[in-house]
Amino acid sequence: MPKYRTTTEPLPVPTPVTQPFWDGTREHRLLLQRCDAGHVFFYPRSHCPRCLSNRLEWVEASGRGTLYSYTIARRPTSPDFEQDVPFVIAVVELEEGPRMTSRLVEVEPGEVRIGMRLEVVFDDVTDAVTLPYFRPAGT
Amino acid sequence: MRGLRGEAAIVGIAEFAPVRRPDRTWMGLEAYAELARLALEDAGLGHDDVDGLMTGHLADSGGLFAPGHLTEYLGIGSHFSEVVDLGGATGAGAVLRAAMAIELGLCETALCIVHTLPRPKNPTGGGPTFRMGAWGSPMGEFDYPFGAVGQNYAYAMIANRYAYEYGLTDAQRAKVAVDQRTNATANPKAVFRDPIDIDDVLNSPVIVDPLHMLEIVMPCFGGAAVVVTSKEKAKRARHRPAYIVGGGEYTTHLSVTYDPSFTETPIRAAADRAFAMAGVKRSEVDLASLYDCYTITVLLTLEDAGFCGKGEAGKFVEEHDLTYRGDFPMNTHGGQLSFGQAGMAGGMSHITEAYLQLTGRAGDRQLRRCDTVFVHGNGGLMSEQVSLVLRGE
Ligand SMILES: [Zn+2]
Repeated sequence: MPKYRTTTEPLPVPTPVTQPFWDGTREHRLLLQRCDAGHVFFYPRSHCPRCLSNRLEWVEASGRGTLYSYTIARRPTSPDFEQDVPFVIAVVELEEGPRMTSRLVEVEPGEVRIGMRLEVVFDDVTDAVTLPYFRPAGT
Repeated sequence: MRGLRGEAAIVGIAEFAPVRRPDRTWMGLEAYAELARLALEDAGLGHDDVDGLMTGHLADSGGLFAPGHLTEYLGIGSHFSEVVDLGGATGAGAVLRAAMAIELGLCETALCIVHTLPRPKNPTGGGPTFRMGAWGSPMGEFDYPFGAVGQNYAYAMIANRYAYEYGLTDAQRAKVAVDQRTNATANPKAVFRDPIDIDDVLNSPVIVDPLHMLEIVMPCFGGAAVVVTSKEKAKRARHRPAYIVGGGEYTTHLSVTYDPSFTETPIRAAADRAFAMAGVKRSEVDLASLYDCYTITVLLTLEDAGFCGKGEAGKFVEEHDLTYRGDFPMNTHGGQLSFGQAGMAGGMSHITEAYLQLTGRAGDRQLRRCDTVFVHGNGGLMSEQVSLVLRGE
């Protein structure tokens, strides 16, 4: 059952290439990919977006980052999120460099500030899918 | 710099007035045909002149084989066809591709047509669907599950980041919507024509912080077409030709999360190329026709297209009158915020307005002098960028 959202749709549908990332979140680990030239990136891909290397490995992220930007959705962005408003959509800059889209939880919308330090928190939405959200660091 | 030599010109346009509730339906092919007919009539050219075709997608064919269907339906032979897929920049991208093809001699007269209109209901059910976020789409997998759906959230995040880095007030953003509405009061085709002031914008509901309802485009239905032809044929067009003297394009991402910078946008790369190619200075521009899906988009375009310095857009719009009577005429048709955003045709409205102004046919909102226009198209989540410089001669 989801802790931070009211519906279980929409959910990611992993592909063979992205499956390890979602296996990771299910174990409450945030995984990134790194190519043989050392480029670390997100979202999961078959090739490195900086050099197109296909020699990639999974590395565990610290789960820490800062808020690059955000918005407070006052109206649902799609019917699936009707019960969730207002909620905070965020772009998080991970400590390792890559950005990711997520939602901020355990924070009042009025308290959100760009640049604030964040940590990942995992929401077991279904048996199969765990979503990585973020909350203020040290919450 | 190599590039366009300015030897292809816009010579005709057509535009359906945007409507929120259409009184009829169209198959995609039917709308392409009607827009083609009207635009050629405006140009003073005929069916047999057409030998190039740039269009948006064709829903009738499930998105495939648009040039084949269209040449057959319109009865034309096309030497250069392209389905342009640049979101809101599709209109500008289509005109840029037409100019390229004509200068290279691949074709001589190209129709650029885009529309978003309701199709008749299929009596047997079903029908073609376009769906973003399908399986295998990174956006569907890594954005949508977090509620990051649609466009509003993305531009709101850009606005928040911009305000964080440079400072920007709600009232500064609102000024864009207010001046554009003043322009719309002089455009009978605009969807929204009642004057508004800054308070009206700020008192409209916040949809996604910090953007208010009146800072966000209203989806409408409509369509538009532009005829581009060679210098030789342009000489016998009905109206003054508008030569495409500069063009630039740049795309780096789709999801806003992966936009390299929210504040140093890809607009700059497109606009700089267009101005350099044209050999035109910013100060020579008589009309800025800038894509305005949101107020914040306009502010960033003013900066990154070089009309003011970085971080100065808020002050710029406060200090300038952006109306057709003003010292910096911008989006004289009302912009899409007031004119209405008819899907892909919304972006084309910045080109049709440019041509009306360049040919002295903009009615009550006609600029006293209009020889040089800068057009910018923006697609997706600040993703696809196309700039054009047009010169009336
Ligand atoms: Zn690499």
